[in-house]
Amino acid sequence: MTLAEPSDRAPGAPPFLRVEQISKRFGVVQALRGVTLDFATGEVLALIGENGAGKSTLMRILEGEHRPDAGQIRIDGASVDLASPRAAHAAGIRVIHQEPEIIPELTVAENIFIGDFRTRGAVFLDRDELQRRTVELLHDFGMDKVLEPHQPCRGLGPAQRQLIEIMRALRPGVRLLAFDEPTSSLTEDEAGRLFAMIRRLKAAGVGIVYISHRLREVALLADRVAVLRDGELVAVDSVAALDEERMVRLMVGRPVSDLFGRAPRKAGAVRLSVKGLTSPKVRDVSLDIRAGEIVGLGGLVGAGRSEFARALMGVDPVVSGTIAIDGKSVRIREPGDAIAAGIGLVPEDRKQEALLLVRPVRDNASLVVPEKVSRFGFFQPERERRLVSALVERLRVKTPSIEQAVGKLSGGNQQKVVFARWIAREPKILILDEPTRGIDVGAKAEIYRLIEELAASGMAILLISSEMPELIGLADRVLVMAGGRLAGALDGAAISEEAILDLAMSDQRARAMPQ
Amino acid sequence: MNRTFLRRIGAQNLSLLIALAILLAIFGALRPDVFFTPRNLVNIGLSITILGMLAMAQTVVIVSGGLDISVGSVVGLTTMVVAVAINAVDSVWTGMLAGLVAGVLAGLINGIIIVYGPVNAVIATLGTMSAFRGLAYIINNGNSISILNDGLRVLGIGTLIGLPLAIWLLLAVMVAFILFTKTTVVGRNIYAMGGNPTVARLAGIPIRRYQLGIYALSGAAASLAGIILAARTMSGQPASGSQGLELEAITAAILGGCALAGGKGTIVGAMLGVLIIGVLNNGMILTSVPTFYQLLAKGTLLVAAVIIQERQRVRSGE
Repeated sequence: MTLAEPSDRAPGAPPFLRVEQISKRFGVVQALRGVTLDFATGEVLALIGENGAGKSTLMRILEGEHRPDAGQIRIDGASVDLASPRAAHAAGIRVIHQEPEIIPELTVAENIFIGDFRTRGAVFLDRDELQRRTVELLHDFGMDKVLEPHQPCRGLGPAQRQLIEIMRALRPGVRLLAFDEPTSSLTEDEAGRLFAMIRRLKAAGVGIVYISHRLREVALLADRVAVLRDGELVAVDSVAALDEERMVRLMVGRPVSDLFGRAPRKAGAVRLSVKGLTSPKVRDVSLDIRAGEIVGLGGLVGAGRSEFARALMGVDPVVSGTIAIDGKSVRIREPGDAIAAGIGLVPEDRKQEALLLVRPVRDNASLVVPEKVSRFGFFQPERERRLVSALVERLRVKTPSIEQAVGKLSGGNQQKVVFARWIAREPKILILDEPTRGIDVGAKAEIYRLIEELAASGMAILLISSEMPELIGLADRVLVMAGGRLAGALDGAAISEEAILDLAMSDQRARAMPQ
Repeated sequence: MNRTFLRRIGAQNLSLLIALAILLAIFGALRPDVFFTPRNLVNIGLSITILGMLAMAQTVVIVSGGLDISVGSVVGLTTMVVAVAINAVDSVWTGMLAGLVAGVLAGLINGIIIVYGPVNAVIATLGTMSAFRGLAYIINNGNSISILNDGLRVLGIGTLIGLPLAIWLLLAVMVAFILFTKTTVVGRNIYAMGGNPTVARLAGIPIRRYQLGIYALSGAAASLAGIILAARTMSGQPASGSQGLELEAITAAILGGCALAGGKGTIVGAMLGVLIIGVLNNGMILTSVPTFYQLLAKGTLLVAAVIIQERQRVRSGE
């Protein structure tokens, strides 16, 4: 198949794609600051950086979803305006997203060629031709065993969905394919298959951008590595020149251990005791958390960690199992029950689940403690102002005033407002679901300190995180979930990235084993 | 005009005031002999008492993320219940109470269908709009009922310090609604649940109970409107409130700044919207605009108001 021109460009020729001095700002957040980077065909460029470093923003600009505030994009040396996804497609740029956009009602073939159907007699879909094209494409990539053209997409696993998305991107003229965390929900085998495909695409002359947190994959796959930190490009080098430790140091800007206080903590009596908790997506989970303890909960995306939190919070129905708080059994049917029982949740998706973005900091911070700032159901504005101002000061929330709409704050400050809400409530148990997602490093360190402070004050903390350094650096114990069950527990020195990953993948290995 | 004053009334309300001023100028110029007479102004005030009740309750419903298009039918149903009850027990107070209970029940039925169906609010109240109207007709086989006890007339034509009682009642209800939405925990929680139901739910706000309460409130407001109407006509009219009253109430709420997606809107804005519609209705009658054109104008106004709201929402990047 012909995808792009041969990759034998002369050394010194202009790169296929170059972004020059690209900047982008969202509200008070400078997402990208003067980034200049070359993309070549026929090579794999890994783009690494912490959450919020600007990787996604750069991708969104390349795929025509966002336009840069400053700087320009050159293709083959000529300045272009990627004003829309259509323009980006025409320029040969495609992005494979973490969450493939698949229409479940349509077949594999239809999903692959959607937007490019040929017709017969002007209106009728030419099914034979569609079938032929699909078979050809799947065969070219050795995927005819993995996907059937006629198969409906409902019920396909994440790996197959991703393949469809990749196939969809492989239109004639594609020159740059960007993968955003492609292996986050794949098994090892599936990831291996993906790597083989990426190498094949590279050999066919396609430029690959590979975004990942998994540095081992980067070392395995990439030719060059670009490191972003707080919106700036801090390094571009060949992969041979960078080892894992150096990559981490470049990403974080300082040795990782500095982020965590590691003050010795004293665990008290058991605060939360869950026995055999089962909900639609969680099977038979039992755990205890003591006062003053930070318990980490690791696992892959979709392992049931957030769903466990949702069940504890009364969002998902609890099918069976018991929950006891401070030794007393509680019944939780809706979030109000959970809050009354002393459970708080900082949810994974700050903007969709935690904050009322158009409402002021004031309303957001007092949302779960109306009784502390009202009398007979009427707000007492002065009491509320004092409470919220004290919290804003204590957590060093950077906001012009407490009347500022919370959506206008940066990610880190938004998250502080969510924490403020729960600190006002003083729950016995605080569940943190990915508490530092999309937050810059400075605010991250502050939030880590805050979490340790809260534990020291006697809260029992359940920390759900996909960031290994966070689990390893903060948690006293780490529990790992896989396939909706607890796969194991790690303690003290046994907590390591390898051990966590090993447990996290355990159920997929079990499934792969012949019965 | 200084900035704090501007911010106080808000850009939304300011543009409504300007629109109102323009309408007043136009109709004042076209009918200088009658438009600005005290009598006509009181007429406008009286004509908007019913719409005002409905628009304020509709604002709360829309802010919560819902919609209630059955209000016009509840008005008609209430007039019938009031008439039957007063004639049966010969007590004005019992009759009004019966009307209020009927309205609250009708609202609760809406709430129950929406919460426990669960049925989309537009569809649920579209159904009950027809059902309640049907009930109103069934009560006396499609005929109206004259109210025999003259005591009710006081509410229809009585005055206090020169203003009709109905207008005082509207003002009192308005103050209550403003306090409710601006200063109470429940009021603020309604903005939260309309703005983002997931956030509200996770914050422990009992959303279903709130919905039941909100639709009951809407029913209660509609029944107050029905009681005033019954007092004014001294009868139960099964067809009353059917002349696009729900359309006018929704238009007023959206003119006043309600976003149909919920979470946004004010009582003061809705009342300014009501005033605009009231002046428009009155002015169009005074200037002899044919009824058909009036309907055309009001429908256009609703669609235009939604378009303006939607544009604003997109522009402010919410």
